[in-house]
Amino acid sequence: MTLNHKKFFTSVITALFLSGGMMSIAHAEDDDDYYRAKPAGNKTWQTECGSCHVAFPPRLLPAESWRAVMNGLDKHFGSDASLDEASTREITTYLEKNAGKRRNDVAGKPLLRITETHWFKREHDEVSQNTWKNPKVKSPSNCAACHTGAEKGNYSEHGIHIPR
Amino acid sequence: MFRKIIVSIPALIAAVLLSTPAHALTPEEVLADFKNEAKQESPAFQEFSATRGEQFFKQKHGQEWSCSSCHTNNPAATGKHAKTDKPIEPLAPAANPERFTNNKKIAKWFKRNCNDVLDRVCTSQEKGDVLTYLLTIKK
Repeated sequence: MTLNHKKFFTSVITALFLSGGMMSIAHAEDDDDYYRAKPAGNKTWQTECGSCHVAFPPRLLPAESWRAVMNGLDKHFGSDASLDEASTREITTYLEKNAGKRRNDVAGKPLLRITETHWFKREHDEVSQNTWKNPKVKSPSNCAACHTGAEKGNYSEHGIHIPR
Repeated sequence: MFRKIIVSIPALIAAVLLSTPAHALTPEEVLADFKNEAKQESPAFQEFSATRGEQFFKQKHGQEWSCSSCHTNNPAATGKHAKTDKPIEPLAPAANPERFTNNKKIAKWFKRNCNDVLDRVCTSQEKGDVLTYLLTIKK
């Protein structure tokens, strides 16, 4: 690689980093956008975390929560979701990199359930008990029951359809 | 510079070889492997049985779920995760040719699901019985 090439690549990479940084600042200003923003996907994360449930957006939990989830996959909310070492490592790195910034420990332990975060509760406080009990919804972890774009990482209000 | 290229060629070949998915198996080859393993696990091993496999598949084994809790009683149909309702592609190879063609996936799901359904690993006899049953199912 010549010196000019090197300079060019360095500036492209710097520009990419800067634009990424600016985007996250912009998103942080608006709470909803911050949590809804779609990170660059990761194929292993999408496949492995998306086989039994929607691959939940990494921003919904802080890094220490994701680390705890990934360390306990053999007992994952009552189910064995264990993975090989290489996939576990790759997914953990991806989650850490794109995790939310707010810690939300309970009694010194990282929160494991997205549904127990303040953000989730606030965003869903208008959802009636009947909706949560609807067999078509079944579980609050079933994002796609109401968020029709959840599979594609789209949780926008326009895509909400509450089953009756 | 030249040397670097020469050194990197074998590295590139190795990378391509490593990243290529493992040779796709047929469910029959997988079954043959189970048979060899079953013989090693138990000298009394005789044959796999579709009837036994079907019973194993549809019964509970002391835990909350059976195989059919998610895969339904018709393994040629689309299943549904017992907890999250997420659709599960059909399990019977006749209905879903991707099933039982990748050893890594087979090992991953038997490990997880046997733990959930039986709270232990499955024997090769059990795995072979179930696969024998699944192979009798027509689309």
